[in-house]
Amino acid sequence: MFIMMPLWHIYGKQNLSNEAYRTTPQAYLAKAQAMVDQYTVRTETAANLPVVRPPPGSDVYLVARLWQWWPLLELEQGQSYRLHISSMDWQHGFSLQPVNINAQILPGYEMVLTVTPDTADSQTIICNEFCGLGHHNMTGKIYIVGGGQ
Amino acid sequence: MSKELFRTCPESGLQFHKPAELLMRSHAVLAVVILLFGGITALLVTLTRWPAVHLLPADRFYQILTLHGVNMLIFWIITFEIAVLYFCSSTLLKCRLATPRIAWLGFALMLIGIVVNNSAVLNGDASVMMTSYVPMPANPNFYLGLILFAVGALLGCFIFLGTLVVAKEEKTYEGSIPLVTFGALTACIIAVFTIASGAVILIPTYLWSIGYINNIDAAMYRLVWWALGHSSQQINVAAHVAVWYAIAAIVFGARPLSEKVSRTAFFLYIAFLQIASAHHLLVDPGLSSEWKIFNTSYAMYLAVLASMVHGLTVPGSIEVAQRAKGFTNGLFQWLRKAPWGNPVFSGMFLSLIGFGFIGGISGVVMGTEQINIIIHNTIYVPGHFHATVVIGTTLAFMSLTYFLIPVLFRKQVMLPSLARIQPYLFGIGMMVFTLALMGAGTLGVERRHFDMAFTDAMIGFDYPASAYTLMGIAGMAGVAAILGGAIYILVTVLSVFFGKPVGSESTYGFTTSTLTRAEPIIVPDGGHAAAGKWGFAAPGTFLLAIFFLLVFVLYYAVNWKYLASVWPMS
Repeated sequence: MFIMMPLWHIYGKQNLSNEAYRTTPQAYLAKAQAMVDQYTVRTETAANLPVVRPPPGSDVYLVARLWQWWPLLELEQGQSYRLHISSMDWQHGFSLQPVNINAQILPGYEMVLTVTPDTADSQTIICNEFCGLGHHNMTGKIYIVGGGQ
Repeated sequence: MSKELFRTCPESGLQFHKPAELLMRSHAVLAVVILLFGGITALLVTLTRWPAVHLLPADRFYQILTLHGVNMLIFWIITFEIAVLYFCSSTLLKCRLATPRIAWLGFALMLIGIVVNNSAVLNGDASVMMTSYVPMPANPNFYLGLILFAVGALLGCFIFLGTLVVAKEEKTYEGSIPLVTFGALTACIIAVFTIASGAVILIPTYLWSIGYINNIDAAMYRLVWWALGHSSQQINVAAHVAVWYAIAAIVFGARPLSEKVSRTAFFLYIAFLQIASAHHLLVDPGLSSEWKIFNTSYAMYLAVLASMVHGLTVPGSIEVAQRAKGFTNGLFQWLRKAPWGNPVFSGMFLSLIGFGFIGGISGVVMGTEQINIIIHNTIYVPGHFHATVVIGTTLAFMSLTYFLIPVLFRKQVMLPSLARIQPYLFGIGMMVFTLALMGAGTLGVERRHFDMAFTDAMIGFDYPASAYTLMGIAGMAGVAAILGGAIYILVTVLSVFFGKPVGSESTYGFTTSTLTRAEPIIVPDGGHAAAGKWGFAAPGTFLLAIFFLLVFVLYYAVNWKYLASVWPMS
């Protein structure tokens, strides 16, 4: 059983990276805002949430805060992205459904995951670490679009 | 020591030190009161997460869930464990309890701690879940209550250790301490480590909550908190394994297959389980894969190995004892002819099976670095720990209670027919409950979540219908198990407060002699193996173990397969 864990690091395709940085909410939010300003393609919902479509291979900044995942993202199927995630306030749980990828998100820490969306379906981000009264309404979206549009 | 401070139970032959006896009774009664409170919250939580019922509003749900967690996982179990510690030292070693006055101080601190903590939550400004992850703030009394309780429990641990010293000085036993006491000692050592870790993190958190400290790092909090949070569950494991051994000895007169192996297995718990707490941090940022793999492989596997040793030797010793009594037909006659109508045995055996097959396997699988990606913080996690803590620990403690009522409280067990079905209702209800939760978790359903339908969320999400079905099954099975818990409390309270004293002429109810059958075992010529098969002393247990390993390997492989289907990432 032990053998499987290092083996999967070498041969398996699903490993959490070891890349993480110390950050502050202000510094992180500034980077996310810059990305939103540059790549927003439209807004959605009553709150006019920005939908951001960053170029493949780029750094994508996802903000976890009470109680939303911000901004909404649009990624190309089969392309890789460097997905950064950090919390602005309390602890949150990144849970991507229905594909079912889960990670713990902490304030002050910036986690970097290189992900390659290989499903055609768009995914919903839900929060699975209890974060107060609005916890169950904390959702976000990753739209998946076919390559070359 | 004057002799009149002791009494000897005429049926079990156990010797009770009177000040210790009163302490044990008080701790046991307090524990059952907390269990009752925890059970009511369990019902409310279950009925809210059952999608078709969805009983409570959101704020109330999070509040009740916080109460359920702290009362069940911390207060009920540790309070009962202190009673078990006093029993395993003073009673089993036929020795006076060290410093009963300080023991009462500990009891008072625990009681005050429970009240302070629970009133903070009931006030509505401490709905932070049992884990109280910073920087989410709670009313300072939430932490203060936990700290007071922990200090009280720590006093209990030291009194247990002090009693061992007294017993040695006054030579009340010969040779090494008995295995059950050894298991309790394991629990005690882990408890001291646990409480120390708790102090390291909860005292600064308390100071932070009253504004004295500026900032507590979230990652550090999780690392140190889990040294408390996971190790505290290890106290439970050590304690309930000790209870398994005790019950095997009480009901069957069984002796461990090898004292040395069992003791070594207990020692492995002490040596390795604390480090294995790292498996709670497998998908946290800032920790390297090397650190995660190191801490969750060698450490956890050795601790799991210890549990497998216990899971093998306890039924193995029962099998040997039964075979010595003549139940030698086939592989499983010893098991078929076991006293399934005796709740002391049936509860203990269900506890062993549920803990091993459901709790054990799921625990190792989700403790694998990469597999944790598809399980972390889903409702699979409560599925797992309800199998270990509720089926494993709580059910084992329940079955021990049926033995303690006549022996410690000197009362007959009332409502014997209800008591007979109680372990089945509770144990099997919980098994279905945990399996359903694990299934729903595999479909991504979150834990600690008010609304899996996302009715009020700006962006919605629909779980597959099967997830709803599984949560419905969990709801029904959960209610059945809670009913089993209610019967336990009913039987216990009625027997203790209104039961007929043991030894009176009445014929209703279980007494010690109907609950135990500890006739001495005559080992046949040629040793234990002569009653076994194919050279094994316990072939039936061996076969069960092989079956267990097969299930283990299969389930492990299935999870890797599932993991391979999610997005590639690195």
